[in-house]
Amino acid sequence: MLVELLFWEGCPSHRKALADLRAAMQDTGLDPSEIVVREVHGERGAERERFVGSPTIRIDGVDVRPVENEPYGLTCRVYYRRDGRISPTPDPADVREALAAALATQNREDLDA
Amino acid sequence: MREIGKPAPTFALPDTAGVMHEPGGAPVTVVVFTCNHCPYALAWHDRIGAVAADYAERGVRVLAINANDAERYPRDSVEAMRARVEQGEFDGVPYLRDESQEVARAYDAKTTPDVFVLDSNGLLRYRGAPDADYEEPSQNAAYLRSALDALLEGRDPTPAETVPVGCSIKWKAEG
Repeated sequence: MLVELLFWEGCPSHRKALADLRAAMQDTGLDPSEIVVREVHGERGAERERFVGSPTIRIDGVDVRPVENEPYGLTCRVYYRRDGRISPTPDPADVREALAAALATQNREDLDA
Repeated sequence: MREIGKPAPTFALPDTAGVMHEPGGAPVTVVVFTCNHCPYALAWHDRIGAVAADYAERGVRVLAINANDAERYPRDSVEAMRARVEQGEFDGVPYLRDESQEVARAYDAKTTPDVFVLDSNGLLRYRGAPDADYEEPSQNAAYLRSALDALLEGRDPTPAETVPVGCSIKWKAEG
């Protein structure tokens, strides 16, 4: 499973997002040291990475909180917590849920193989 | 860095209806640099609005300024600002456009939000974050409220300065 955190240095939220992601990996029984952290540079880099804002967390290439019709660019991303609060980082419960779902899919595929 | 106790820059900026606003003319004026697209600014927005409502009767004026480069960040365009005003998101708070970014530079504003509190003489008396935690609504803009209470009671705000937290101001490319 490939877990990536993409960030833009102009937005301070990636440190907290990484800490939350590490905790979610541990909670789900995954190794936090396997997180791939990548900085996005420049507007061209944002286009190339399909980067809709910092931070972005992807599991096997899938955004943990997918958005539609969001322009690519260097900006801080707006998330909503499960209680409706606006936040610069995804709700840790959403991240845990996405990791658990990806892990379950991977386990099913391993059994089918 | 603007120095606490020194005169804050004066300015005249248009709101989303084109009406010009200046700081002053009140016992205390709050100047908040904010924007439409930043999650920190949005997370703190209601708390700052509540301060404006709660302190209006005591003569406190709150001016919100958006200085972000709208060319690179279209969500910070005047049209987008106007839409938020028309949706009632800035009740009692003029939402001003700093197109040239000169006011943001004069204040040395760093982030959205970045809060500056001016006394009746136009001196800067508080600068920084609204409170200690953008994620915790119960913080209720405590730094800002504390500064306003102090000034309205003739005391010095404590703290007079905190570190502003948020998205960087989106400066226009030079040249």
